[in-house]
Amino acid sequence: MAEKVLMKGNEAIAEAAIIAGCRHYFGYPITPQTEIAAYMAKRMPKIGGTFLQAESEIAAINMVYGVSAAGKRVMTSSSSPGISLKSEGISYLAGADLPSVVVNCQRGGPGLGGIQPSQSDYFQATRGGGHGDYHMIVLAPASVQEMAELTIRGFELADEYRMTSMILADGTIGQMMEPVSFDFEIKEAPAKPWATTGTQMKREHNVVNSLYLVPDVLEVKNFERYEKYAQICEKEAVAEEYMLEDAEIVIAAFGIAARVARNAVNAARAEGIKVGLIRPITLWPFPVKTFQKALGTAKQFISVELSMGQMIEDVRLATECRVPVTLCNRAGGMIPSPDQVYEAIKAAAGKAGE
Amino acid sequence: MNYKRVTLLCGHYGSGKTNIAVNMALDLSRDHEKVVIADLDIVNPYFRTVDSEEDLREAGVKLVVSSYANSNVDIPALPQEMYSLVDDRSLTCIVDVGGDDRGAYALGRISGAIREENDYDMFLVINRYRPLTPDAESTLEIMHEIEAAASLPFTGIINNSNLAAETEPETVLASVSYAQEVARLAGLPLVMTSVERSVAEKLEGQIENLFPMDLQKRPV
Repeated sequence: MAEKVLMKGNEAIAEAAIIAGCRHYFGYPITPQTEIAAYMAKRMPKIGGTFLQAESEIAAINMVYGVSAAGKRVMTSSSSPGISLKSEGISYLAGADLPSVVVNCQRGGPGLGGIQPSQSDYFQATRGGGHGDYHMIVLAPASVQEMAELTIRGFELADEYRMTSMILADGTIGQMMEPVSFDFEIKEAPAKPWATTGTQMKREHNVVNSLYLVPDVLEVKNFERYEKYAQICEKEAVAEEYMLEDAEIVIAAFGIAARVARNAVNAARAEGIKVGLIRPITLWPFPVKTFQKALGTAKQFISVELSMGQMIEDVRLATECRVPVTLCNRAGGMIPSPDQVYEAIKAAAGKAGE
Repeated sequence: MNYKRVTLLCGHYGSGKTNIAVNMALDLSRDHEKVVIADLDIVNPYFRTVDSEEDLREAGVKLVVSSYANSNVDIPALPQEMYSLVDDRSLTCIVDVGGDDRGAYALGRISGAIREENDYDMFLVINRYRPLTPDAESTLEIMHEIEAAASLPFTGIINNSNLAAETEPETVLASVSYAQEVARLAGLPLVMTSVERSVAEKLEGQIENLFPMDLQKRPV
């Protein structure tokens, strides 16, 4: 096994992108994700890549559009307010079926909010964020190692489906330092016959565009895209299951919240409470089948979130409201403690016993 | 360890300066009266000396830190009391400087006075497991950038090579030749190897100048 290095989550994303063959990064600084840009600024010039600090987030996402249209792997990153600015460009990428990787290292909102970690961009990420009918593939890492793994996976999925992959991290995972192994097998990027690379007078010219003024043509485009989305929902949903076999209480939590919840599950299990954890790794597509399977034993779900309760809606949809789903949360940059989650489990166990 | 009046800790981003600074200040407080720890980190608003505020206060260590540190106000502010570090020579100071050359620029305002008084150490904190400093050459590159930004020469090297919670005695032992090479190329002494206390206990007698450390607590 290759030797490990000690990295911040943000640095792991940057290095993983380079390993995945990304040689173009455009960004604009914002806490708590600035290490990504700082790392790219140091590394890209040494490997023949391009690092560019754009004049704004909007400029950066449009540079991503340009490089993607030329068929190259490209990434940008920001934190919550910056992602709102990028959302117009992300919609254009979707409308032009261009692959890209966008990192959102979330901080508390709305507005400028704060700089501490949050998960309150769940709706924005999983529902599209920008205008129009579209989705992004949304990956939610819960460790520094996963920041690297899911970034590489993000590039693969983006190219395969010609979509944006969003790495939905948060300030804690972005800032925390853990050992990482970069022992990855990298698949070659697929051919991109649609890219605008110059015709060499040998083929018809390619057009990359999101403007379709004829409504029935635009409708066909949308239907086609949603057929692709249906395939992705079928094939690409991923979740980690923890102690689910006999779980009467099931916690749903992603990213940093799942790490807290796991500690609480262990504490409650030690007292004989039958509790388990589903950690969605893909937030879109949402791992519906894992939740339906858990319904075999589950009497109650608890959604643990660093938001006012956003994923809880998908938990209710996935479980078809057949059992109660409650919320255990903190917001505004605060993180629930393992004790808070443990108390929520105890309360649920009390109700289940009544 | 014989401390000079001012000890400056510089190094690559994430090399472990803050943990060493906090442990040095607590170490100093055992036989010094007026110990100050100054947080001049203008780079990282997340991980700060102020996280150890309680321990430092209990030990009677004065904390000089921007009132904006850990406050959500994300601006590179310096504490107004930073001038007391050079004006009041009755203080013994540990200074936690921000990462890389960008962090070291903050020293510019007081480096002239420090050089003039000439009762200081400036240590380069190194960790070979950080991705941008895996060998002596890359570490020296960052060292020269920091010296230029701080306009002060380094006086020693601290080997803080670690893999966080996965640090084993072998992790540290495997970094010794790297640290010696950095020291040799820099022409500076390797003043200590800082290691988390439980790992340091297992290394007793195997490494010179071990500095056992208690790590700052982590939220998760």
